[in-house]
Amino acid sequence: MPATATQNRLDQLFQQKQERILNVYFTAGYPQQGSTVPVLKALQKAGADIVEIGIPYSDPVADGPTIQASNQHALEGGMTMKRLFEQLKEIRNEVSLPLVLMGYFNPVLQYGVERFCQACAEVGIDGLILPDLPMYEYREVYQPIFQQYGLHNIFLISPQTSPERVREIDEHSSGFIYMVSSASITGARRDITDEQIRYFERINSMQLQRPRLIGFGISNRQTFEQACQHAQGAIIGSAFINLLGQSQDLEQDIIEFVSAIKGSDR
Amino acid sequence: MRRGQQMNQTHIPMSTVPTHSTPFAVNERGYYGQFGGSFIPEMLYPNVEELRQNYLEILYSPDFQEQYRQLLRDYVGRPTPLYLASRLSEALGAHIYLKREDLCHTGAHKVNNTVGQILLAQRLNKKKIIAETGAGQHGVATATVCALMGLECIVYMGAHDMERQKPNVERMKILGAEVRPATSGSQTLKDATNEAMRHWINNPQDTHYIIGSVVGPHPYPDMVARLQAIISEEIRLQLLEKTGSELPTHVVACVGGGSNAAGAFYHYLDEPSVKLVAVEAAGKGVSSGQSAATTALGKPGVLHGSQTLLMQTDDGQVVEPYSISAGLDYPGIGPLHAHLYASKRAQFIPVTDEAAMKAGIHLAKTEGIIPAIESAHALAALSELKLQPQDVVVVNLSGRGDKDLETYIRWGGY
Ligand SMILES: Cc1ncc(COP(=O)(O)O)c(C=O)c1O
Repeated sequence: MPATATQNRLDQLFQQKQERILNVYFTAGYPQQGSTVPVLKALQKAGADIVEIGIPYSDPVADGPTIQASNQHALEGGMTMKRLFEQLKEIRNEVSLPLVLMGYFNPVLQYGVERFCQACAEVGIDGLILPDLPMYEYREVYQPIFQQYGLHNIFLISPQTSPERVREIDEHSSGFIYMVSSASITGARRDITDEQIRYFERINSMQLQRPRLIGFGISNRQTFEQACQHAQGAIIGSAFINLLGQSQDLEQDIIEFVSAIKGSDR
Repeated sequence: MRRGQQMNQTHIPMSTVPTHSTPFAVNERGYYGQFGGSFIPEMLYPNVEELRQNYLEILYSPDFQEQYRQLLRDYVGRPTPLYLASRLSEALGAHIYLKREDLCHTGAHKVNNTVGQILLAQRLNKKKIIAETGAGQHGVATATVCALMGLECIVYMGAHDMERQKPNVERMKILGAEVRPATSGSQTLKDATNEAMRHWINNPQDTHYIIGSVVGPHPYPDMVARLQAIISEEIRLQLLEKTGSELPTHVVACVGGGSNAAGAFYHYLDEPSVKLVAVEAAGKGVSSGQSAATTALGKPGVLHGSQTLLMQTDDGQVVEPYSISAGLDYPGIGPLHAHLYASKRAQFIPVTDEAAMKAGIHLAKTEGIIPAIESAHALAALSELKLQPQDVVVVNLSGRGDKDLETYIRWGGY
């Protein structure tokens, strides 16, 4: 656990709330380069619990067409890591939600892992999700740096992850565990299958130390509810990106989107 | 160390596995020096881990070796000749030997790897095969072995490359493979590789991914190098027979991802007297902005599962390379080669489109061999080596030029 764990907003959240946590993903600089901060503010106003800010990358290998396209669009719009940190500079004056950066490892490596972690701490990022930074590399090399800057490192598990490895990840991750809902890349899907439910139940019965949020394929009220029956909450990405792509009025649409998902729980 | 413990659980009969803890062998974490590793999303971990735990045991089991060697002999046509190119030697003022990988079935060295991996996939009970391809050579080599073994085959190919390489698209289809266009990003090899990885994430159970070069997460670079090592195994024997020594002064090979070079270098890595020369595609010139010379232009980075040298922007976005040769048109190189470069064990030479085309046409006129444009890059580097009359140079002629006929015709100058 980071030394500053008590101040970490993810920890605070999980202390106060253990169910129906809604984590919303969007790509920084999407739909416009300048929309990063407006989207964050609207998500806070709308009642999201956590926001995951995607760092655009040319080769997002774990992502489906929707998020790929948003990454490409953001890059074409001139989004860079440097811009992102500039945009987030004053964010803590306006947004108090736990914020997580999600991205692929290469842009972080180029920025410099320590410099990146320092910049995250400066703007008030609470955690990182770097899907292609595996546990082994993290523990061997990067863990002390992440911890020094009070950043939780959030690992993924999938239906194929062995029980032993789930335990290992539970032990070495902090913040929460990102439960990938099926063997798949990201993308909005309408239903959750019985097979997925069995996997959710299997992991639920393991009594892990960390809270779990279920992501990939969560797209609407129904799939959110189903996920929340078996975990502390869920993550919505592609469905939200689809909304941003079509929206004429970001704030209004985001508020409606979030309340449609959370229902009366506001 | 966790990895170490897992290594021990696999019961690899170590006596049969040629391991050498030399500076150029992969370590148990999948690193060559600072390069390599396994940077993959968790969703790929079980498949890659299964492979890691089993590949050495399978590759060096007597039953695998027997079948692999038999197919290489009877199906691929190995050993491929080591040919003393006398007229070329005369022109260049040294003894130039060509390792004739162009005579392999399907026209390039790629099939050494696909034969090995299909046998491995069978032993892992995989029913379906996926692959990525750029020029289509690896796709054809994969479709070929899938036809041979009766396995379902899907090949991802950049939509742009499908336009450029129509005959190979049709070859794959005739062989029964499904060719799926990669329409993301720049629609070339790197995007086809992304799509293949995404497919594998979506289909983790019964599918094996045959990567076409010494790239990807550990154990792929090591596994593909070991399957291509047959090239230098044969060179040593053939050279001994022809010259009385197994050791040439130089081994020269082109590098896209680096599989033919890895195969040609493999059994010489620990022979410091043998100069290893890796030839990269400079496209229209290293500083033209249209190049694929990775060591000249790249910085350490992570792509497709390994830490290596990578052409990228300051922001860490992967840059789209350019070369006239689709097989060299890749923004990275395998981690072994990044290590050979960083440690100066190999010399890296960039060769332009123009120099490569000239060298290809020159080989056709002097030796009656039309090389693949990839291999022509290796030939073009010879004039930069300051060769001495007593030098014995082996050039790995990785493929034949049939697939490139249209490019030769468009280039003209013959
Ligand atoms: C004939 C030939 N040579 C070389 C290459 C480059 O690949 P590698 O560097 O893995 O040998 C290719 C790739 O398509 C090829 O077809």
